[in-house]
Amino acid sequence: MRSLLGRWQTWAGFGVAAVLLFGAAPVVLSDFRLSLLGKFLCFAIVAVGIGLAWGRGGMLVLGQGVFFGLGGYLMGMHLKIADAQIFGNDVPDFMQIAGVRELPGYWAPFASPAFTMLAIVLLPTAIAAALGLGMFKRRVKGAYFAILSQALAAALAILLVGQTSLGGSNGLNRFRTFFGFTLNDPANRRMLYFIAAAVLLIVVAVVRQLMQSRYGELLVAVRDGEERVRFLGYDPANIKVVAYTVAALFASIAGALFAPIVGFIAPSQVGILPSIAFLIGVAIGGRTTLLGPVLGAIGVAWAQTLFSERFPSEWTYAQGLLFIVVVGFFPAGLAGLGVLLKRRRTATNKGAT
Amino acid sequence: MDVLIGQLATGLSLGSILLLAALGLSLTFGQMGVINMAHGEFIMVGCYTAYVVQQFVSSAGMSLFISLIVGFLVGGAMGALLEVTLIRRMYSRPLDTLLVTFGVGLILQQVARDIFGAPAVNVVAPEWLSGGVDILGAVVPKTRIFILVLVIVCVAVLAAVLKVSPMGRRIRAVVQNRDLAETSGISSRRTDITTFFIGSGLAAVAGVALTLIGSTSPTIGQSYLIDAFLVVVVGGLGQIKGTVIAAFALGFLNSFIEYNTTASLAKVVVFVIIVIFLQVRPQGLFTVRTRSLV
Repeated sequence: MRSLLGRWQTWAGFGVAAVLLFGAAPVVLSDFRLSLLGKFLCFAIVAVGIGLAWGRGGMLVLGQGVFFGLGGYLMGMHLKIADAQIFGNDVPDFMQIAGVRELPGYWAPFASPAFTMLAIVLLPTAIAAALGLGMFKRRVKGAYFAILSQALAAALAILLVGQTSLGGSNGLNRFRTFFGFTLNDPANRRMLYFIAAAVLLIVVAVVRQLMQSRYGELLVAVRDGEERVRFLGYDPANIKVVAYTVAALFASIAGALFAPIVGFIAPSQVGILPSIAFLIGVAIGGRTTLLGPVLGAIGVAWAQTLFSERFPSEWTYAQGLLFIVVVGFFPAGLAGLGVLLKRRRTATNKGAT
Repeated sequence: MDVLIGQLATGLSLGSILLLAALGLSLTFGQMGVINMAHGEFIMVGCYTAYVVQQFVSSAGMSLFISLIVGFLVGGAMGALLEVTLIRRMYSRPLDTLLVTFGVGLILQQVARDIFGAPAVNVVAPEWLSGGVDILGAVVPKTRIFILVLVIVCVAVLAAVLKVSPMGRRIRAVVQNRDLAETSGISSRRTDITTFFIGSGLAAVAGVALTLIGSTSPTIGQSYLIDAFLVVVVGGLGQIKGTVIAAFALGFLNSFIEYNTTASLAKVVVFVIIVIFLQVRPQGLFTVRTRSLV
């Protein structure tokens, strides 16, 4: 009975989310704000992956900006080439300005949409799997893993800044079309928002299935007692690699959507600061829950656009305080607060009767 | 041959800077296991201490030595404060400590930006540190030689303090077996605070020294933090020896790869080498075997 109710609740939650995202938001919000929400949804997609790897798997993934950036840059390269071809040029506009006449060799395959889509899925997955296997098989964990994933983010950001054929510190920007649809048309921008919303729902559904499955149980078990799981005959490394890879894939897809929705992808989205900033929303929403990271990420991103431009200094203070207060004193996040309140209410109810 | 000596000199200099930045971490992270992301901001505090001291002391040489001492005390006091207020509550949650101290670092950066402004400021180096020394055909700036000497002094003093002083013995005892140390009458609380004071103070000393070779901005700490952590990770936790060797190894490695490729590519290659190295020795170069279970 209970599980039936739980399932019903989940479907209801899904229905409400779908109605809000596909029905209410496009009607209520202006095109500009809808596109802004689309950007937040990209962050939410990353957050779902972090919730899986960090909240459920106990791996502090501090380098999600790497995979976000990979997805964004891969998509960005395709968009730039497609734009150039429409105008009959050999190379994207920023290369023309730099005086480059010939397309660099590694750009060429990204003229194909299919290759780009494949690369967005396969490249981050392969990198994450290789890194994960390398580290987890050798039982590099906890602090070492966190530091290495940060170092990776720092290294990639530095590498990208030095890469003039990828736009240097400006990154790739001013995309005109998205797979043939001009981005000037509000209808096409709305379509991008719908894609992001659909991807978010799919991603949440995938993680829910993972969490419900035996694999989800094992992942939590690895978080809480890695040695015990090993003694039971499982290899914790494999279990962790899967969660890490899935989180990386989500981040890559989110980055690939971020580039056309926001209109740029740059090294500033890749480094340590943005990578760690992904975590605060997850922590606030409740890292171990399914929807906590989604709501937390959207909330933080919304607050950031609201405050960071008018009060940049105060916003940084607030960000720092959020890390200290939420992670230090309320590690379960808002979801934990809800559970606490519920428990207190049932306790008082019991006392009354 | 000249190129080789030049590379060796660059590597030695880079290694000494890395070591100076990582020395404090080898105490707080290596000995205590605390991932203090605000360590970079303590370096920044040292830089600005040097800047402020120079506003009051006209002689650049005097102000350098005063800043080294004042910086150590200011950085140490801030570290001790951080330990008492936040880190103390979180010894059982090392990964959460990372995020909390990252928040502290963000706030400290913004404080520096609000007080001193976002643009970089400069500290004047003493007259007797200008120019370079010719070593077998390679010209090495005197400031870099000063940093090398400073790091040798710091390592020697720190090693001596840990080895022979009663305080150092207490620190080692608490690291090796906290429960047994407590049973023998050592206050592990006070020892933790002392360790954190010294570690953070050393970060600020590094900051003071860094003003000699570059300008100071609120984000200066961040650029050194990750490299410093990597040094401690490669060196292995718990021993100064490992940190020293790792710092110079990474310094040489970086300067040689950088010479053959570019600065940005060198960072990536070094990172890959570190990951491969950790495949062979996941615990770093040296480890302390203790009888405690953790």
